[in-house]
Amino acid sequence: MTITKATKLEQDRQPCIIIKNMHKWYGDFHVLKNINLDVSKGEKIVICGPSGSGKSTMIRCINRLEEHQEGQIIVDHVELTNDLKNIESVRREVGMVFQHFNLFPHLTVLENCTLAPIWVRRIPKAEAEATAMQFLQRVKIPEQANKYPGQLSGGQQQRVAIARSLCMRPNIMLFDEPTSALDPEMIKEVLDTMVELANEGITMLCVTHEMGFAKQVADRVIFMDGGEIIESNTPQEFFDNPQHERTKLFLSQILDH
Amino acid sequence: MSFTSTSPNVLLRAWNNKETRSVIIQILAIALIMACFAYIIRNAVINLETIGKDINFDFLWQPASYDINQYLIEYNSRSSHFTAFIVGLINTLLIAVAGIVLATIAGFLLGVMRLSDNWLTQKIAYVYIEFVRNVPVLLWILLVHGLIIHSLPRPKDSYQLANTFFLNNRGLHSPTPDFQPWFWGVVGLLTASIVFAWWFKRYANRVQQQTGNIYPVFWINCAVIVIIPSLAYWLLGSPIEWKIPSLQGFNFKGGMVVRPEFIALWLALSMYTAAFIGEIVRAGIMAVNHGQTEAAYALGLNSTRTLKLVVIPQALRVIVPPLTSQYLNLTKNSSLAIAIGYMDIVATIGGISLNQTGREMECMLIVLLTYLTFSLLISSVMNWYNNHIKLVDR
Amino acid sequence: MSNKLYVPGTHPDLPPPSNTVGVINWLKSNLFSSPTNTFVTLVCLLFLTQLLPPMFNWLFIDAAYSGNSRQECVAQGSGACWAFISERLNLFVYGFYPIEERWRVNLAFCLLLVTLAAVLWDRIPARKYFLAYACIFPFIATWLLIGGLGLTEVPTSDFGGLMLTLVIGVTGISFSLPLGVLLALGRQSELPIIRVFCISFIEFMRGVPLITLLFVASNMLSYFLPPGTNFDLLLRVLIMVTLFASAYMAEVIRGGLQAIPKGQIEAADSLGLKYWSTMRLIILPQALKISIPGIVNTFIGLYKDTTLVIIIGLMDPLGIGRASLADPAWLGLSIEVYIFVAIFFFLCCFSMSRYSLYLEDKLVTEHKH
Repeated sequence: MTITKATKLEQDRQPCIIIKNMHKWYGDFHVLKNINLDVSKGEKIVICGPSGSGKSTMIRCINRLEEHQEGQIIVDHVELTNDLKNIESVRREVGMVFQHFNLFPHLTVLENCTLAPIWVRRIPKAEAEATAMQFLQRVKIPEQANKYPGQLSGGQQQRVAIARSLCMRPNIMLFDEPTSALDPEMIKEVLDTMVELANEGITMLCVTHEMGFAKQVADRVIFMDGGEIIESNTPQEFFDNPQHERTKLFLSQILDH
Repeated sequence: MSFTSTSPNVLLRAWNNKETRSVIIQILAIALIMACFAYIIRNAVINLETIGKDINFDFLWQPASYDINQYLIEYNSRSSHFTAFIVGLINTLLIAVAGIVLATIAGFLLGVMRLSDNWLTQKIAYVYIEFVRNVPVLLWILLVHGLIIHSLPRPKDSYQLANTFFLNNRGLHSPTPDFQPWFWGVVGLLTASIVFAWWFKRYANRVQQQTGNIYPVFWINCAVIVIIPSLAYWLLGSPIEWKIPSLQGFNFKGGMVVRPEFIALWLALSMYTAAFIGEIVRAGIMAVNHGQTEAAYALGLNSTRTLKLVVIPQALRVIVPPLTSQYLNLTKNSSLAIAIGYMDIVATIGGISLNQTGREMECMLIVLLTYLTFSLLISSVMNWYNNHIKLVDR
Repeated sequence: MSNKLYVPGTHPDLPPPSNTVGVINWLKSNLFSSPTNTFVTLVCLLFLTQLLPPMFNWLFIDAAYSGNSRQECVAQGSGACWAFISERLNLFVYGFYPIEERWRVNLAFCLLLVTLAAVLWDRIPARKYFLAYACIFPFIATWLLIGGLGLTEVPTSDFGGLMLTLVIGVTGISFSLPLGVLLALGRQSELPIIRVFCISFIEFMRGVPLITLLFVASNMLSYFLPPGTNFDLLLRVLIMVTLFASAYMAEVIRGGLQAIPKGQIEAADSLGLKYWSTMRLIILPQALKISIPGIVNTFIGLYKDTTLVIIIGLMDPLGIGRASLADPAWLGLSIEVYIFVAIFFFLCCFSMSRYSLYLEDKLVTEHKH
């Protein structure tokens, strides 16, 4: 199906992620309630909230690691349904960084980064390795390319995970509490990498408790509680002028320790 | 030396010092062990002298004077006990290899069924595994043997397949092949196909590295290995003559017979070990962190590629050590063949030869040493494999 | 579904849509979710319908439960002849133990149950006394079963049936655990002689089949003892089975010991504890907890291995069954005997493995913080 220039311009104006009236249940438990969210191209969104509020579940629905029972999720003009072809095309364009890194321990760092480009995008090995070295350079650990994940520190592993996702050249990057499993002295190196990434214009959704990062980088901050989006605002408005009671409570707990 | 003890008693000081204490304990231990061995050996020597026996292995070269009902090398009752031992050894190896092959296939199938999304398959596998695992293997051997003997008919009323295969209580009679000259041409083509398949895989890997294109190597290789030799076989006029068994009198002549003892032992051992292997496979795959699968999916890999590139390599590390343990168990359990009359090592050299010659020590020594050799061989292979694929850690 | 707008923070918990829950949905997602899945389900159903009804018929519906001979069974139906089992039940349970002394076996069994309750159930009141009783139980049981000191002596060659299985199994299990612990500690010892001895013993025992060791016990052990002594066959078998199981136990416990962080020993050393105290109070309790699945597996394996004694002539239930088949009234019923013994073993071993799962769950929740 060819896309005319007019259609493409039209598509570019639409948000790259549209979530409409989305509900999700785990068995009988109503975990996501009436989620409505539009994310424009290049927008950076930080999602925060108490644990159990459904934040991770929501972003995992965006690349279909979780299934939603009601509503619509449209990523890059492709609707997420049970159609495998759609799911695979969405996952090619959406990268994800996990809390526990999930690097493949039996492959070297370089092989971790080239696995998907070779087998999914069918890129020749030399080109994939060159891209991988380029991204490993960006996250500032090119010298670790031939080591195994078990030989790296937590911060290094997470940066490799970021490079691995970037090697697929995604349009959207999802971060699921990327620094929660790291020792304090390593959080900064990962956050710095993420700030650099943000400044390059990629669309980002980040679930995190790092409010400094939110203030520095986010276009929008979203607060979720009990499966609903309670409040959504620019960082200034969000931190200086929270509207909802629950937001105020959460902010007081998280900022005053 | 140490400053720790100020006791005037030399012995006490020596006891309290860590190094001298360990030396003292070891000297005592050696003395104790040697005393025990000396006692045992002395008793053995006295007892043997009283009976008039001695330890020597000459009996191995004397005629065995008994028949063995299933043998893969030339053997008759005039062959030596040593030949009987070799026959028993080959029978043991035969049942071990056949059992390992069937148990592995069935075990992996069971493991996959146990992990299946289909509730019915999962439950069937679960019931099978739990029931088979909790009943002793000797019982399974006797039960399967009993069922085979009781439910199979006499030669006159055999079950038959296309008048070439006959199943009765004397065994499974099947044709033996008589290879005509052109057959070796087919074999040559088969070898050539296998070589081609190996070469094609390497070629496809190279192509993938250079251009990124992925060829369906598995299907192409399967097709080549199956179709080309079959085509050649058909075109060359099916160059195998079969010697078909035929009923003459009360039994079948011609062809070959696989005895019910072998079939029973093979089926019972395989199905018993398969239950354990199924659990090992399941545990191995579940040991791979679900996050690994999620990361692979998030990168866009489909489920087949995820299994092949991410899950199975990691699962194999967990599966292989207990798997080789089970192979060893199967080999050791084959010694129960004596309960149904299958002539393995224990039944020949450890059974009839032992009873006939009265040489208990020597025969038992041979049997024990043979099994020990199996175990040590399999353990060293496994240790080498483990060290070879260890995940690199800091 | 509802697109009704709620004030943020007030959305109620709604029930899931009806097409995602319920029996129909469960059937769809578990059995019929895709063409291959549907095909597999149909194949399984076909297999079950071919296998189960005939099996059920033969085992229960057409079976004969009482009668005096095979002819009577056959007259009642074409199924299994359980009459044989019910006729001979006493033999299967007590073996050839004299009928008037069978109360001793029953008493020993009840005392065994009390011991088991004391050892396995940790909320029993006054546990210390029960455990002390458990330590002297072996001697009481031996006295009850064998006799002497006031009770008529019963030769061990009269032991048989389920009673024999329990004697071998319980003895093997109780003694192989402490022996296995000693071997495991010896295997890790810093003293080379002890380490070499333990490793050789363990590798030897694990490298040979139990049946060969039983042959050694029945034929050859007398050579290694002073001339004229005659060791009871059952005692020889008990010793061999215990030694065999202790080697496997040692490997399981070694795995548990290796899982204990080195920091534990260092902490104990820095507190001034000596070797045996460290082992007894700190290392072994943790190692044993971790190894419980392996330990119970070894027990189950040992229990199943007791059937091997039939090959050297001891009369466990299998032996009793086969001997009774020689009776002309009951020719040809070996399948029923095997199935009966199989069900007995299945019940015992399955319960043991369920108990092990229960223990594991309990200990995991104890560790959750």
